[in-house]
Amino acid sequence: MLKKLISIFAVGALAAGIIACGSSSDSGSGTGTASGPVAIDGSSTVYPFAQAAAEGFQSENPDAKVTVGESGTGGGFEKFCAGETDISDASREIDSKEEVPVCKKNGVSYAQVQVANDGIAIVTNPDLKITCLKTDQLNQLWKKGSTVTDYNQLGSGTPAGKVSLYGPGTDSGTFDFFTEEINGEKGNTRTDYQPSEDDNVLVQGVEGDKTALGYFGYSYYESNADKLNLAAVDAGSGCVKPSVETIQNGTYKPLSRALYMYVNTASLADKPQVKAFIDYAVDNAEATAKTAQIVPLTAAQLSTAKSDLAKDEAN
Amino acid sequence: MATDAPTSGVGGPSAESVFGPPRRRIGEKLIAVALFCAAATSVVITIGIVVSLTGETLTFFADQAVSVSGFLTGGQWTPLFSDPQFGIRPLVQGTLIITGIALIVAIPLGIGTAAFLSEYASPRVRKAVKPTLELLAGVPTVVFGYFALTFFTPTVLNSILGLDVSVFNGLAGGIIVGVLIVPTIASVAEDAMSAVPQSLREGAYGLGASRRQVTVRVVVPAALSGITAGIVLGASRAVGETMVVLIAAGQLPTTSLDPRNPMETMTAFIGATGKGDVPTGSTGYKAIFAVGFALFLITLILNTISIRFVRRYRQVYE
Amino acid sequence: MTTAAPEASDVLGDAPSSHRLRDRSFVLLLAALTSVALIVLAVLLIDTGIDGIPQISISFLANFPSAFPAKAGIQSAITGTLWLMGVVTFVIVPLGVASALYLEEYADGTRWWNRIIEVNIQNLAAVPSIVYGILGLAYIVRGPLSLGRTVLAGGLTLSLVVLPVVIITGREAIRAVPPSIREGALALGATRWQAIWRQILPASIPGIATGVILSISRAIGETAPLILVGAATFVAFNPTGLDSPFTALPLQIFSWISQPNDQFRLLAAAAIIVLLVILIVLNAVAIRLRNRYQQRW
Repeated sequence: MLKKLISIFAVGALAAGIIACGSSSDSGSGTGTASGPVAIDGSSTVYPFAQAAAEGFQSENPDAKVTVGESGTGGGFEKFCAGETDISDASREIDSKEEVPVCKKNGVSYAQVQVANDGIAIVTNPDLKITCLKTDQLNQLWKKGSTVTDYNQLGSGTPAGKVSLYGPGTDSGTFDFFTEEINGEKGNTRTDYQPSEDDNVLVQGVEGDKTALGYFGYSYYESNADKLNLAAVDAGSGCVKPSVETIQNGTYKPLSRALYMYVNTASLADKPQVKAFIDYAVDNAEATAKTAQIVPLTAAQLSTAKSDLAKDEAN
Repeated sequence: MATDAPTSGVGGPSAESVFGPPRRRIGEKLIAVALFCAAATSVVITIGIVVSLTGETLTFFADQAVSVSGFLTGGQWTPLFSDPQFGIRPLVQGTLIITGIALIVAIPLGIGTAAFLSEYASPRVRKAVKPTLELLAGVPTVVFGYFALTFFTPTVLNSILGLDVSVFNGLAGGIIVGVLIVPTIASVAEDAMSAVPQSLREGAYGLGASRRQVTVRVVVPAALSGITAGIVLGASRAVGETMVVLIAAGQLPTTSLDPRNPMETMTAFIGATGKGDVPTGSTGYKAIFAVGFALFLITLILNTISIRFVRRYRQVYE
Repeated sequence: MTTAAPEASDVLGDAPSSHRLRDRSFVLLLAALTSVALIVLAVLLIDTGIDGIPQISISFLANFPSAFPAKAGIQSAITGTLWLMGVVTFVIVPLGVASALYLEEYADGTRWWNRIIEVNIQNLAAVPSIVYGILGLAYIVRGPLSLGRTVLAGGLTLSLVVLPVVIITGREAIRAVPPSIREGALALGATRWQAIWRQILPASIPGIATGVILSISRAIGETAPLILVGAATFVAFNPTGLDSPFTALPLQIFSWISQPNDQFRLLAAAAIIVLLVILIVLNAVAIRLRNRYQQRW
């Protein structure tokens, strides 16, 4: 009896082992030689880009093991400066006051690579027909201690509706960028909204809540455009809706920004698979961005990125 | 070969042939010690839970300059924002509302099912229903969360009942958690009802009572301790439930009592914050421990109460 | 002369005449209540099935997660789950059986330390699984063990969740072996351990195995601890070892549910169906084991 059970478990374990071993050699038909782990974490706005790049890279290099997390730009930097990740996705620049010193202290030096562009989209439920908001209306709505409870309190033709807000949490680069641009200070925000680091959850929330308004990366709007209403932003020179063009040429103000990948230079030097990955990501930046429905780099930005990266790698 | 083992006489097996050569005393002692250590790991684990939760919670109170009363009674839970507030009341309220709704759903369903199985169902029906209940109990909670978000809220609450709830709302979370704990309440209650001696029922029948009267006025009161134990156990499970509320009830800590809006429970806070990989020692990390500690205490108290009730009804009849 | 004995109506309520209707409707009420839970289960299965079954194909099972729903699959989730269950089994079988043996065979029930262990295990069985997740994050992923977000860390955390259940069911299996077996062995001169190893343990293995299988099926569905302890959300490879990052079926389901793109919701449903099938098979094996090898004493 005992022997029988042992043999059943052994067969089961063997089967699992065979499946595991056999299948890992089937994962992709690429001929690339990069192998080993690449640990990426950070912004959930950059996440679709990183995921698409990881997929493309792994299909060419089946032995590479790329993991992509989305702890938020802030969370990503904390791990990055502790040396736990090779690449940090960021939807804002690394903070010179809070994050750079930590990296310095732990001996982590990095190369900054711009991989795409992004605009923060102001989005509402299709039933809440807001077409354009001025930056000071946004400020009134989102600032710390805001008492706005109905959208019509914002004035100039905004519809009525109980205020129900969705936005990124405090670890998010989108949060940092938005609060700095709209409310004048990073972290300045009202707190009675539904926060989530996961932009997908925000999209679900705005989609399902009739008087919802939220802000998140433009690419998340793009992938769900049929379920959401996009509002234009007026920064003083008229209402501008975010789009690939307005983001790339900077007319979507002030909520256009660059998306970065920060690469640990020690990993660049010691782990060839990390170098191979970032090279792949930059070389294929445009195609990857299109796959991820993210605003790609302009031609000028792309050549700058390539030459900067080559320079960093040579060091 | 000479041995010390006694034989059992002519023709029978020797102890040695059945059990192998005798072990030395010290081998026996070692084995006993090894087994004791294995069992003692459970104590080690409990100590680990209590120590880590308490330790980090104390650090939390020290570092954040939060008073215990502020923590327990404050109405704003915004631990991660720039001017953090640490009042846990919205989270506790969320947990209580969801658990309350769950119990409102699960108590009638659970006791009704238990009474049906124990007093009315034929053996064939029991054979069909009991495994189905076990199946319900075995479905992973993430599946229930999926069901709540993608079917229950849009189709049942919004389309069929026309309630106009938001996509993340406490009502769906509460009702689905209620369905989830029905097997818990039903199995303990049914156990208790079956344990009621037949003589009590027969006495009532002898006096001319119908089966309904026997069930309602004899069996249920007699099994009350066990039924209460089941309800308390179900409540404890509802309090600790994470996935359903994380997926379907939302992440908005609020003191609003309206279950049609999103809310956040203690477990959802831990799940949502822990998902983002909080660094050790950060505010989020400590907040997770403080809330986790509160959660652990609440479920510990509920479980101890439940065990007491079980002991009481077992004592009466055994 | 009035008697002192109570009348049926004093004990049980009103006069019998109106009872037919009430009795009938009561049965109907109970049957209705019982069927609500079953109906919800049926609706859940049907709804998930309608969404998920069309998505299940060989490529779904063999592909890795992807940004494109059409190409996404659950291979890394399935292998991750298998690896986790391997770790869990290796931990809970020796630890759980040893603890159960100690409590049933060696422990003197009147000693205070043994009573504490007993009550302890009962309490541990009811701790919410997310608390074990917090423990795992603090002590296994980081802290003293510092294993990082690896298969081993995930497996150990899940073991914590189900260990109490294994101990409790193991005890019941061992307790079911009649004392006469034990006493007979001892009477023939066996030492306590010989009696256990040669007689009691073999007799209780089916019960223990059933408990182990049921615990594993519980561990397979656990999501909350893995959220705290587990990997990055995008893992498109099979675990390469105990120190490898991983994903698991419940994690993948959770990740796909959180995507607003409806296509991913359908994939989540499909993964749920696969998970449920695995669970049904496991439970069927456990029940069959129990029925077939259950010894009648």
